[in-house]
Amino acid sequence: MIELKQVTKKYGKGLQTTEALSRLDLTVQKGEIFGVIGHSGAGKSTLIRCMNLLERPTSGEVWVDGVDLTKLNKQQLQNQRRKIGMIFQHFNLLSSASVYDNIAFPLRLAHVDKTQIAAKVNELLQLVGLEAHRDKYPAQLSGGQKQRVGIARALASDPQVLLCDEATSALDPQTTDSILKLLLDINRKFHLTIVLITHEMQVIQSICDRVAVIHQGGIVEEGAVTEVFLKPQHPVTREFILGQAGESAQLALQAPHDGSSRLCKLTFLGEKTYDSILSRTARETGVDFAILQGTISKIKDIPYGQLIIRLEGDAGQMEKTIQKVKAEGLDVEVLD
Amino acid sequence: MWGLDFSQLDWNEISVASLDTLKMLAASSVFTFILGLPLGVLLYQTSRSSNAWVRTVYSVLSVIVNILRSVPFIILIVALIPFTIAIVGVSYGVLGTIPPLVIGAAPFFARLVETSLREVDRGVLEAAQSMGASTWQIILKVLLPEARPGLLAGATITVVTLVSYTAMSGMVGGGGLGDLAIRYGYYRYQKEVMIISVLFMIILVQLLQMAGDRLVKHFTRK
Ligand SMILES: Nc1ncnc2c1ncn2[C@@H]1O[C@H](COP(=O)(O)OP(=O)(O)OP(=O)(O)O)[C@@H](O)[C@H]1O
Ligand SMILES: [Mg+2]
Repeated sequence: MIELKQVTKKYGKGLQTTEALSRLDLTVQKGEIFGVIGHSGAGKSTLIRCMNLLERPTSGEVWVDGVDLTKLNKQQLQNQRRKIGMIFQHFNLLSSASVYDNIAFPLRLAHVDKTQIAAKVNELLQLVGLEAHRDKYPAQLSGGQKQRVGIARALASDPQVLLCDEATSALDPQTTDSILKLLLDINRKFHLTIVLITHEMQVIQSICDRVAVIHQGGIVEEGAVTEVFLKPQHPVTREFILGQAGESAQLALQAPHDGSSRLCKLTFLGEKTYDSILSRTARETGVDFAILQGTISKIKDIPYGQLIIRLEGDAGQMEKTIQKVKAEGLDVEVLD
Repeated sequence: MWGLDFSQLDWNEISVASLDTLKMLAASSVFTFILGLPLGVLLYQTSRSSNAWVRTVYSVLSVIVNILRSVPFIILIVALIPFTIAIVGVSYGVLGTIPPLVIGAAPFFARLVETSLREVDRGVLEAAQSMGASTWQIILKVLLPEARPGLLAGATITVVTLVSYTAMSGMVGGGGLGDLAIRYGYYRYQKEVMIISVLFMIILVQLLQMAGDRLVKHFTRK
């Protein structure tokens, strides 16, 4: 659906040039929710703004729905942009227009007739749950409500793609959840391709199918969220995930242990999360284990669990335990 | 009271002068807005262009606007006499004061327009751009409506400034309350006329400012 080819973006001239994106390749599939995560200044905003040419790449191609946007003239670009919705961290609503008029705005730009506009806007108001607020002005709404207006406005012209630039970063956790849930609903209902950028792993974890990690203007890791999240390769990715699991994992690693014990990290994914594989195996092999740290959570809809354990017992039996658990389909990483 | 005698006032002359002031004010305001608003938009648009040539246009416009704004109005009236005659046929009376009033006030208003357009949130412009709005659509449907309170405040300041300009133009035979005040109060020592004329102008300014403030408040959504 979206394909960036060798996209480079430089800001400034001469000595003060900063390269915000360097020869970046990225493909977003139709219908998926694709997340991009990175630290401040990594180039996230630049990346997403290149996807509708709000920022024109210095070099490279930007393909959206089979069209290379960089080759279009002004008029053609305006037409293509109608198929690409965008929502923003600070909502960017027209402060002088009511909720209704904000949502109607893109339709008026496209000279859609009045009755059609009314039908569409009412439908969208219902979708985002703001029927009661149609005549209010943005200043009278809460942050979450403003973002709902932003979403309705972005959907008004029936786009193929929705770009979200830190759409939940200005919201509190509960509101963030409700907005993410709305995005997920929209994605399922309309098979809308969504690209969202964020600096919060939580956001990626709750709704994304795939994720790319951006660092210093390049993608350093990319894949299914389950893959990247549970087996991060790049230090930056690890940092994001560790940042979330927090101190407890660090503490677990400091637990006393010597040659006669082994530290392991077990990852359960899907239905196995609820299975008693570990205790069953330990009983068979006769080893003991201490749970040092444990998490159980979900990646989008997929349950997963992670345990850091210390195995104690006969060396051979410990090795056997690890192999058996692996054979049962758990992922085991030996930490010592 | 203070040796003033208001019974001898020629109310007929005062009402003619008041009407003249209102005429000058109305006509010059309308033309100032018609000229100043596009000029302000042009200043704004050219100033933020990425094209070096367009920014040169901005610099030139900007210098012209600054020059017109720094020339004292009284000198502008005199300097513009040939231009005024070319446009309206006369250089005195209500008609003759309108061109210099407009030339004096339009650059001032244009700057105020430019300033209020700059206040519009860039994010909103970007959002419109991302929805495929053309430059004209952005100007007409985003910039101007979003800047409306600022534009109205600027218009109010401009009209109030025009009141004092009309008073000055009176000195060179423009007519109106300023003319009356100078002719009677200064040249003929009839303080009463001067006081009444000035009082009327004060009331006019108060009313204009109040009306302007109301409009601004009415259109402010923040
Ligand atoms: N308009 C600009 N002019 C010059 N440099 C810019 C501009 N926009 C971004 N940059 C630079 O490009 C780099 C990437 O910026 P970008 O805004 O894409 O980062 P980001 O990942 O979105 O960060 P944040 O999380 O803080 O929003 C930064 O070094 C930034 O300073
Ligand atoms: Mg950013």
